[in-house]
Amino acid sequence: MATSSLVKLNAASSQWIGQHSFSQRSVSSSSPTRRVSFPLVRASYVDELVNTAKTIASPGRGILAIDESNATCGKRLASIGLDNTEVNRQAYRQLLLTTPGLGECISGVIMFEETLYQSTTDGKKFVECLRDENIVPGIKVDKGLSPLPGSNNESWCQGLDGLASRSAEYYKHGARFAKWRTVVSVPCGPSALAVKEAAWGLARYAAVSQENGLVPIVEPEILLDGDHPIERTLEVAQRVWAEVFYYLAENNIVLEGILLKPSMVTPGAEHKEKASPEIIAKHTLQMLKRRVPPAVPGIMFLSGGQSEVEATLNLNAMNQSPNPWHVSFSYARALQNSVLKAWQGRPENIEAAQKSLLVRAKANSLAQLGRYSAQGENEDAKKGMFVKGYTY
Amino acid sequence: MTAYRGKYADELIANAAYIATPGKGILAADESTGTIGKRFASINVENVEDNRRALRELLFTTPGALQYLSGVILFEETLYQKTASGKPFVDVMKEGGVLPGIKVDKGTVELAGTNGETTTQGLDGLGARCAKYYEAGARFAKWRAVLKIGPTEPSPLAILENANGLARYAIICQENGLVPIVEPEILVDGSHDIDRCAEVSERVLAACYKALNDHHVLLEGTLLKPNMVTPGSDSKKVANDVIAEYTVRTLQRTVPPAVPGIMFLSGGQSEEEATLNLNAMNKFQGKKPWTLSFSYGRALQQSTLKTWQGKEENVSKAQEVFLGRAKANSEATLGKYQGGAGGSDASESLHVKDYKY
Repeated sequence: MATSSLVKLNAASSQWIGQHSFSQRSVSSSSPTRRVSFPLVRASYVDELVNTAKTIASPGRGILAIDESNATCGKRLASIGLDNTEVNRQAYRQLLLTTPGLGECISGVIMFEETLYQSTTDGKKFVECLRDENIVPGIKVDKGLSPLPGSNNESWCQGLDGLASRSAEYYKHGARFAKWRTVVSVPCGPSALAVKEAAWGLARYAAVSQENGLVPIVEPEILLDGDHPIERTLEVAQRVWAEVFYYLAENNIVLEGILLKPSMVTPGAEHKEKASPEIIAKHTLQMLKRRVPPAVPGIMFLSGGQSEVEATLNLNAMNQSPNPWHVSFSYARALQNSVLKAWQGRPENIEAAQKSLLVRAKANSLAQLGRYSAQGENEDAKKGMFVKGYTY
Repeated sequence: MTAYRGKYADELIANAAYIATPGKGILAADESTGTIGKRFASINVENVEDNRRALRELLFTTPGALQYLSGVILFEETLYQKTASGKPFVDVMKEGGVLPGIKVDKGTVELAGTNGETTTQGLDGLGARCAKYYEAGARFAKWRAVLKIGPTEPSPLAILENANGLARYAIICQENGLVPIVEPEILVDGSHDIDRCAEVSERVLAACYKALNDHHVLLEGTLLKPNMVTPGSDSKKVANDVIAEYTVRTLQRTVPPAVPGIMFLSGGQSEEEATLNLNAMNKFQGKKPWTLSFSYGRALQQSTLKTWQGKEENVSKAQEVFLGRAKANSEATLGKYQGGAGGSDASESLHVKDYKY
């Protein structure tokens, strides 16, 4: 466990240990044959990791995920009749990232590698635009899903090779948190192998990220695909998170310096009954209370195909009473759908598109505070975005 | 099945929540016949059933004490005993709003191939025994797993084996209506520093909750009885606030909020130390979604025993002493203890090296 690199929980009380502050304290030498040694490199990032995680998990704010790979971004652009070129991808991301006042409701933005290095057409680095709004830049670091041999048609997430040097590079270019998305399929089991691989991969990625100054967002998405009832989702979610936290512990992860990105606990997309936001909230919170230690500062839900309004209503239902962690959003489609529709690729629509981003961001900000009401939302925002067998 | 959902689920949740009521805690009075004999020897009292009964009656009938307790852990013999005037102890407790609990483990044995590490026995026939205890009025159970810190300890085997034993015990209890107190005690013996204790405690607790989850234990219907995070007994002492900070941080990193209460063991700390540390934890500013309370044996009874000396004429005085400690610890669960209850007697260390129950 990462205890020698002590975390400043409370500035006043940290004076106690022999009058040395935490960061000056050297690794304890009481036991010469210490089984576990803690890399001193990671010790130097601990305070920053904790602060970054806290900043992202600030009240009334959540994450805007715009880390679609080029191929996936292409699908979005195609839906409004645009070609998948770097110019168009840059134009779209610029629209999003230069939205005035975005930082009021957005605390972090996850980018794809290409975007991390891009600038506005005026030459201002995107990373700088975010910094100006007190938004933490983040970076997708995984290399996508592949079929998992020996499993029941399931996937695993790749990206550990060279991850350390890539992470260090991203840190140099201004990224302060990372994201790695693996998936678990309920209809395919999930098999014990797939769950183990998902959890272990996440734990390894988390260790490398923290080592290189990036707060790891831990995302084992339990796919919406399937006709299973909500109780089955709860079962699988509890299994997956038990495994994840156990491996995070084995990998000596500093829990105060991570964020989670779970899927909400809902019935499968093809299940005959839809669940109300209250039922979803009840099951999701029960799962979180049974699996997530309070040291984790923030839980940023993925939307996974829910409509914009659904995603917001569900988040709102989860915030009707205090939780021991910040419960918020990390939405991609559920924040961008209306924006794309308003933009249509036309410069004259940029302002309107940016306004609609703010509308969605504000709605989710209110949901994080438990104060959202769906009155006045338009019909488009209520349309589901589930795509069977969705691949990013 | 995600977690136990059988006929006792609601009752388990309610009882666990009740035991975790702020302002209350547990009296651990479950010393085995052998162990209570050691206590009696120290005050020259004969280890016979009536004396054992008399001591427990002294404690349970202390005027005004039961309000500070939500549970009492009993040894099997005591579950069936009565006051001198014939009232069953379980009735005394029931009337005082205290849940009777029962020690169900059968002690530790060494694990072959380790350096003196142990596992806890008691799974055979546990279900039937629990059902019997439930009938007799018990509503929670206790099982003590023991680990130690050394150059290569606790070993992965010891951690795995004890965590699994705790998980099996826990689900069997729940199936039979008893709230399981999960107790993975990491002994304070040794010259290690507080960091090492924290590291080991985190590792052990992570393994325990993994096992509990794998065994489908209903966390809302359990309680945790851990050691506080402290330096080893041969190591330099640290302030109460430091112990509080380290302990709370360890728990924040390992204990899901679904667990309603964490009832600390005192493990050899003096009565006053155990109270001061608990108080510091409840004053500490930080995320604490579970109640932080006590489940003390020696740290509630030591001075009381000394005052009693096995003599009838000392009962009243001894009860006053007991009341004082119970009240002190109740205040500590609310962060309101002012210190000094019990005088110098209460500051006597109760640590016994390599303590065997």
